Amino acid sequence: MSEDNGNRRDFLYVATAGTGAVIGGAAVWPMINQMNPSADVQALASIEVDVSDVEPGTQITVKWRGKPVFVRRRTAEEIADARAVALADLPDMDARNVNATPAAGETETFADDANRTLDENGEWLVMMGVCTHLGCVPLGDAGDFGGWFCPCHGSHYDTAGRIRKGPAPENLPVPQASFIDANTIKLG
Amino acid sequence: MAGIPHDHYEPKTGVEKWLHERLPVVSLVYDTLMIPTPKNLNWMWIWGIVLTFCLALQIITGIILVMHYTPHVDLAFDSVEHIMRDVNGGWAFRYLHANGASLFFIAVYAHIFRGLYYGSYKSPREITWIVGMLIYLMMMATGFLGYVLPWGQMSFWGATVITGLFGAIPGVGGILQEWLLGGPAVDNATLNRFFSLHYLLPFVIVGLVAVHIWAFHTTGNNNPTGVEVRRKSKAEAAKDTVPFWPYYVIKDLFALVVILVIFMAVVGFMPNYLGHPDNYIPANALVTPAHIVPEWYYLPFYAILRAITFDVLFLDAKFLGVLAMFGAIAVMALAPWTDTSPVRSGRYRPMFKIAFWILGFDFMLLMWCGAQPAEGLIPLISLLGAIYWFAYFLVILPVLGWTEKTLPVPETIEADFDAHYPPKSGSAK
Repeated sequence: MSEDNGNRRDFLYVATAGTGAVIGGAAVWPMINQMNPSADVQALASIEVDVSDVEPGTQITVKWRGKPVFVRRRTAEEIADARAVALADLPDMDARNVNATPAAGETETFADDANRTLDENGEWLVMMGVCTHLGCVPLGDAGDFGGWFCPCHGSHYDTAGRIRKGPAPENLPVPQASFIDANTIKLG
Repeated sequence: MAGIPHDHYEPKTGVEKWLHERLPVVSLVYDTLMIPTPKNLNWMWIWGIVLTFCLALQIITGIILVMHYTPHVDLAFDSVEHIMRDVNGGWAFRYLHANGASLFFIAVYAHIFRGLYYGSYKSPREITWIVGMLIYLMMMATGFLGYVLPWGQMSFWGATVITGLFGAIPGVGGILQEWLLGGPAVDNATLNRFFSLHYLLPFVIVGLVAVHIWAFHTTGNNNPTGVEVRRKSKAEAAKDTVPFWPYYVIKDLFALVVILVIFMAVVGFMPNYLGHPDNYIPANALVTPAHIVPEWYYLPFYAILRAITFDVLFLDAKFLGVLAMFGAIAVMALAPWTDTSPVRSGRYRPMFKIAFWILGFDFMLLMWCGAQPAEGLIPLISLLGAIYWFAYFLVILPVLGWTEKTLPVPETIEADFDAHYPPKSGSAK
């Protein structure tokens, strides 16, 4: 070898391989990207849910972005049950609520019952009806904690939709939601 | 390692020579069919033919079903019922295809456990074994994709649970799952791509099967003694072997006929025995069936997935379950390197035999656990079963190789054969 840092031929090899890699990547990326959600799937319209018929102690399930959303109007007893739980007893202490903000001086939002619900009184609980284990739809009014029970692999959620027992790692997530009037909840 | 010496194709006529010089295809077929095969193969060596038959059956019936099936969430379920009720003979093609998958997996499990017992995975057949494991993985993927297509409740929820496995991967899981599904949940985009891939993968399997056969035709077949065919000369090799055609072709076809009698009885008289009634309910994203059960052939690994119910360090139970499930297949693929015994066949390994049959029982136990709801003792039994599965491959195989006192191995295949079938005196041998 006449030159310490490679010769002209080495440069040509590297340049050719480099160009090939760039062209190869440019050709492969569209083939990968075509499998990502298409424009019509991504046009995730927000929906409005009429909750005027929902009595305390009942819930409705609506389909939003291909997945079920539980809208539950809790009884005073359910609220009391959920509020009696110590934070330390929860496997997942995160609120998992995109609408909630951390309390003053905190950096994360904890899974206190108040951080899970849509209204101040804690009557309205809106959350994704998708088990955080492997995505089944949990059954309402079931399980060891009076909340939800996932029949697939036995995860138990309490009356605030927080995981208490079983393989699921997280609380049922609360999606972006708000009351636009007394009888209508807007999702998204 | 050169192949076993044998007579090769010699073109004789002018036409044969003309073709041979341009494309030696006749030679390829001749040498493949006339391959010298150990003459002591038992009935556990028939599964290769059964598997080849299954692959052909699935491809042919599959191509027919596609002529009548519609991959769209609004039409898929109805198009399958259209096949069952309206298409001429459609019910037969669909039941053959659905039960053909089960026969395929019965055969592949028999084939794999045959290999485990007789040490077929050991040197020099590691590549045959690894390619076989790849074929098995492809079969699992293909079976899963196909089960989604009828778009019943089990289709939909099976797809949701299994793609959820990818969502469990820390960091990239969510993005990966959305990419696989083509949206936030299992929907039309998912059904379409699963249909496309379900059609593609069997042809990938065809290619891998060719490599599988190529590999063991290079090393020669294993056999129940695990003793290699003598290959110093053609005459010596001929004492240990018979040509594949006609001896094993006829034997294998006979076995295939017997198996097909049973298979056709299942297809004809109890075609839904191995299916789930819930899959005759159209898919519904808002209602999960009370008990999601995969097809029987996934149950042992499904049980291992569910066996992990505790977190370890920063890894949560969900991701560990996924790792354990794929790991259970990975450790099987590593068997050629974890098995340290110089004796190939389990026939001459008394301790190994015990461990092997426990593994067989463990497999059935896990299969049973996978079908039960995850309640009571089931997670614990599954965990113990999963521990034995890993221990067999990672602890028992290496340790037995060093500690076990093995029985004497026959000198040659011929000696073993003659011990079982003494040559009649006076007859031409």
